[in-house]
Amino acid sequence: MKVLEVESRAPEAESHPTNKSQIIIALAGNPNAGKTTLFNALTGLKQKVANYPGVTVERKEGVWKLGDAAARLIDLPGLYSLDVTSIDEQISRDVLTGKIENLAKPDVVIAAVDATNLERNLYLVTQLLEYKIPVVIALTMVDLAEKQSLEIDTEKLSELLQVPVVAVKAAQKQGIDELSEKTLGAVQSHYVPRLSWLTEAELLENKEDIHLSLSDDAAANRQIFARYNYISDIYQESVKAVETNERSVSEKIDSVLTHKFFGLVILIAVLLVVFQTIFSWAELPMNLLESGFGALGEFAKAQLPEGVLTDLIVDGIIAGVGGVLVFLPQILLLFLFISLLEDTGYMSRAAFLLDKLMSKFGLHGKAFLPLMSSFACAIPGIMAARTIENPKDRLATIMVAPFMSCSARLPVYTLMIATFFAGRTVFGFLSLGAVLMLAMYILGIVVAIVVAFILKRTLLKSPPPPFVMELPPYRLPNLRTVLQNMFNNGWMFVKRAGTVILAISIILWALAYFPRTNTETFVPADANASAEEIQKAKEDFQQSEQLRNSYAGRLGHLIEPAIAPLGFDWKIGIALISSFAAREVLVSTLSIIYSVGKDATEESDTLKDALRDEKRDDGSAVWTPLTALTLMVFFVLAIQCMSTVAIVRRETNSWSWTLFMVGYMTALAYIAAFITYQVGKLFLS
Amino acid sequence: MILTNLPIGETAKVVSIKGNNPVTRRLMEMGVVPGVAVRIVKTAPFGDPLEIRLRGYSLAMRKSEAEAIEVSE
Repeated sequence: MKVLEVESRAPEAESHPTNKSQIIIALAGNPNAGKTTLFNALTGLKQKVANYPGVTVERKEGVWKLGDAAARLIDLPGLYSLDVTSIDEQISRDVLTGKIENLAKPDVVIAAVDATNLERNLYLVTQLLEYKIPVVIALTMVDLAEKQSLEIDTEKLSELLQVPVVAVKAAQKQGIDELSEKTLGAVQSHYVPRLSWLTEAELLENKEDIHLSLSDDAAANRQIFARYNYISDIYQESVKAVETNERSVSEKIDSVLTHKFFGLVILIAVLLVVFQTIFSWAELPMNLLESGFGALGEFAKAQLPEGVLTDLIVDGIIAGVGGVLVFLPQILLLFLFISLLEDTGYMSRAAFLLDKLMSKFGLHGKAFLPLMSSFACAIPGIMAARTIENPKDRLATIMVAPFMSCSARLPVYTLMIATFFAGRTVFGFLSLGAVLMLAMYILGIVVAIVVAFILKRTLLKSPPPPFVMELPPYRLPNLRTVLQNMFNNGWMFVKRAGTVILAISIILWALAYFPRTNTETFVPADANASAEEIQKAKEDFQQSEQLRNSYAGRLGHLIEPAIAPLGFDWKIGIALISSFAAREVLVSTLSIIYSVGKDATEESDTLKDALRDEKRDDGSAVWTPLTALTLMVFFVLAIQCMSTVAIVRRETNSWSWTLFMVGYMTALAYIAAFITYQVGKLFLS
Repeated sequence: MILTNLPIGETAKVVSIKGNNPVTRRLMEMGVVPGVAVRIVKTAPFGDPLEIRLRGYSLAMRKSEAEAIEVSE
């Protein structure tokens, strides 16, 4: 049935120049309205994800085949309203007013409208129409509406709204053809209905100067009420809801999941399961990747001629890229779980349960997931901060996530504890090692809380954002959407973080590789050792000489005066520099410096002995338990991870914030280590 | 009365929203406007935030935010 009378063009309709090369369509809708599933159905795999210039808002665009034309489909962030002064809404307004570079004003906006939640979803539609762009409604969740005994007369709805309404089941690709048809119709007709809820004065408002209407509360309120009144009337006429006092399925589920007591218990259980699974499931692929890259390196070394270039490729590039890709299994799994938690609707329940606790620390309820993930690895944790809508809260969470002691710190803690604190107990039964380990974790958490608190009061100061948050109905996640989300995020990580990590790997490789040292002079310590043992000792010696005389070694000497107050010498300095690549590199670097060979791990006795035996020029030991403790404290707070730096740069889209973080973390690490060492010396003397 | 005084499970009509700040703006845009029927579903552990039902969906808000909402007896 035809619902649009196209010949009566409303006075507000704008005429677009028809000499544009491509049709541009924006896709808008509330969060949880099925927008992403619709986007995927319309674009298939032809999508690309990036950032809008200068901000962290994700820019998702794809190609939608509309009849013969290939239209650009811009996926706007999920929004409840366009009038809010936050970055997602700002970007969306810019898209709708044609202010984005290389993106003309859209020809049509497709609004994904959730049939089970019609009134609130239509609010955004009224706002979209105010931009004088034709709208086509894609009605989603129709089957769920039926289950709730909601009878929606889509024809009546379309007639009253004067906007095409097409029921779609995106996952099954139903209704897509009709949607294409109606969209093409809208592109050609340019039809925008009369905005009867606005006053004459409001009709003349220029959407490009939005700040005017946003700041005048009385005017803004009037518009909000007017829109909802308009919507209510239309709703009454087109929807028949069977009166039922029965609680919805979601409410029944919630009686357990958000139960005052059991809700929290279940939440903790869910979190534990998620992290345990990520840890254990990721282990196998991570080991495979590690050995895969090791094998690739060996292969390359064997096939390529000896020389600088080969070494660069094997030890610089392959090792560097391998170092990036090793994180991929963890990241993919974490995003799998985040998608599942969000799409089922459980994420908001978790935020609901934890808000009271998190707000005490000045953080949003949703910060719990990024921070908890960071105990495994800050990289996926920081990426997970995307679920936090408020940009200042998101930034604060990203800034403190690296303080959560990640798994890469464990080899460092383990080596120090096993070498200098083994076998001792506290209060007679607690192992000193375990107590120290716990202390390091707690130190990280405490510093994170303090830094977050300070940031929220100063640089990231903003009025506490509203908590007001929807609890969407529980839904079965769409597998395709979940997988697509997982791979999009994984790919973005590889692309952006990869380039920074690769660059830093090459630099660090070069620092340790040049200048070349030629050590022919080698005297075996034990003349009676076998030829094999002598050969190994010679190789270890050569490696250690190379490292000591390299630029890295000279840098170590250079920073020695700076790190001496921490009880460190220049060899430890070298290790600090190289472990900027990744914390666990500290162990292998120390092994090389002390000529134990680069295959030693934190378990090897030879390395532990080497540490204990290392002497300064005056005969005193370099490593004491105090030095070990100082090093651990340093590692709790220092940003010894180039991958984290790379991912922070990517997620914040800002070098200033990234370098700021590197700066204050290094400063805090230094100060804490300084205090530890100096106060420790006082105590011991 | 203020929304926070409405007993759990009872429905009331919104009379007015007090104040003009980002919270009230957000509440209104989410559909909490004069005339709409709301029902308190539950509160979280520690009594905060609370969950209400309106216009066919569930909305969570802090007690401090709910205090801006005036409902009929």
